[in-house]
Amino acid sequence: MAILEVKNLTLRFGGLTAVNDLSFEVDKGSITSLIGPNGAGKTSAFNCLTGFYKANEGDIIFDGKSLMKDKPHKITQLGMARTFQNLRLFKNMSVLENVMAGMHCRGSVGVIGSILHTPKQRAEEKKIKEYSEYCLDFVGILDKKERLARNLPYGDQRRVEWARALATKPKLILLDEPGAGLNYDEKEDLIKLIQRIRKELGITIFLIEHDMGLIMKVSEKIIVIDYGQKIAEGNAEEVQNNPRVIEAYLGKEEEDEAI
Amino acid sequence: MSVDNPRAREKELTNVDGAASKSTWVDRAYELFDNKKIRNSTLVGLAAIILLIPTFGGNYVMEIFTNAFFYMVLCLGLNIVVGYAGLLDLGYAAFFAVGAYTTGILTAHFGMNFWLTIPFSVFFSAMAGIIIGGPTLRLRSDYLAIVTLGFGEITRITARNLEITGGASGLIGIDRPEIFGLRLYQIQHFYYVFFILVVIAIFVAVRLHHSRLGRAWQYIREDEDAAEAMGIDRVKFKLYAYIIGAVFGGIAGSFFAVKMTAISPQTFLFTQSAMILLAVVLGGMGKIPGMIVGAFVLVIFPEVFRAIGDLRMLFFGIVLLIIMLFRPQGIWPERRS
Repeated sequence: MAILEVKNLTLRFGGLTAVNDLSFEVDKGSITSLIGPNGAGKTSAFNCLTGFYKANEGDIIFDGKSLMKDKPHKITQLGMARTFQNLRLFKNMSVLENVMAGMHCRGSVGVIGSILHTPKQRAEEKKIKEYSEYCLDFVGILDKKERLARNLPYGDQRRVEWARALATKPKLILLDEPGAGLNYDEKEDLIKLIQRIRKELGITIFLIEHDMGLIMKVSEKIIVIDYGQKIAEGNAEEVQNNPRVIEAYLGKEEEDEAI
Repeated sequence: MSVDNPRAREKELTNVDGAASKSTWVDRAYELFDNKKIRNSTLVGLAAIILLIPTFGGNYVMEIFTNAFFYMVLCLGLNIVVGYAGLLDLGYAAFFAVGAYTTGILTAHFGMNFWLTIPFSVFFSAMAGIIIGGPTLRLRSDYLAIVTLGFGEITRITARNLEITGGASGLIGIDRPEIFGLRLYQIQHFYYVFFILVVIAIFVAVRLHHSRLGRAWQYIREDEDAAEAMGIDRVKFKLYAYIIGAVFGGIAGSFFAVKMTAISPQTFLFTQSAMILLAVVLGGMGKIPGMIVGAFVLVIFPEVFRAIGDLRMLFFGIVLLIIMLFRPQGIWPERRS
């Protein structure tokens, strides 16, 4: 069963068509990847899914509901979380506070509750803190919770982003190049973490990645796009042997890793 | 992108250290204040001094302190908008005007009891916050600043041209309030009333700052898009900040009206908004003790240098420039280690 269905999605910036008639499905409980050469429209497609860009045509159906008219915060509330390609942490706040941001949409206490410290408010604050700590523990940086996000090494900052996305209690998590800037060991950890997120938390994973090794290891289904259009779909082996994929990568950018 | 670049990151880190080493002794004094014991005893000491001032200080001293308390409430309110939520507001005096006129009109024209006018004042200032904030908070901050500037002027000019607000001469003869049979008319009465207001304002500001709301504002201030991606409705929370800030201004305005017994559009000039904002920036945006210090400096400075006449404002301006050059983050800023 598909948790996410994208139908004929098209996004234009003036005369440029960034995403062109793109259709695909992400199965519930799967690890699916979206790949393509630089500028193929991967991040644009992600931004449409999460509501940051409004697609011109097509439909996005998440968990049975269309998301085409929803704002990003609403989409997160519905259960689709995302991370950013270039880290977007709240740099001057502590690691724990960063992760608590994810729990925000699962709370409800308002102005009066906050001022009066009602029992409901205290219970909610406790829950927010506990779950945020659980998420930090899950990604393995609970011991750094009091540090300022900006002072962490790059690899740990990535982990904060993942923990923050997990704290929104998503059904589907979109990872935009989670391996960018990580070294070999960190990437190995990332692969294990992605598998644990699905296995232990039951969250479906959809990721964009450039590192072919990583993609081939974790994904069950790979969708390849170029110039905003889908050119191939299938498992690692099928995609690797697809002539259009080879052409898209080797024909365009010599310096890019060959598949 | 700077995060991907190690050199940029290094530079950022050294910048932080550079700023810290420049004024360590001041910051170290503030750090003492982070210690709960020291903070509590300092606050108790301060409260004792403030409560005792009326017994040995004259009317003049009390007048100045009352004025300072009044600006503290306004600064704490504007700080929620500017410091917490990071929205520039150049028309804050408008909310203060709405509160003052609500109380003025209801007591002078309708003979309503002062205390009963406060809910109206809260309601109307909150409405003013919604009217100005609703359509404009979608704008990014520079545009918002222009709109709020316009709104401040519209409010003042409206007050000058309506009959019910008394036109250019304003409202006079606003009745003094009573509490438990005690008529509040002497300066020491208002001294205590405004002090209580400050305490309540601080309490509310602290509670809000350390709540889900306060964090939401901070997330929005740090990175709007990331906050949105975390499921935070940025327009809604900015509007909350605006409304709460407006209500602070409205309540302060109500008390201002009964203390002065007369209000006129002249009180709500753009300079008023600018002065409150100045105190917020001077004190250190986002930090409550900063607001207290900022408002205090704003009121005390011109008084201390009254002897040099009109030159004092020039002098004040120069001092402000110097402070901003050497301590751009404000006197007592929010700091994080």
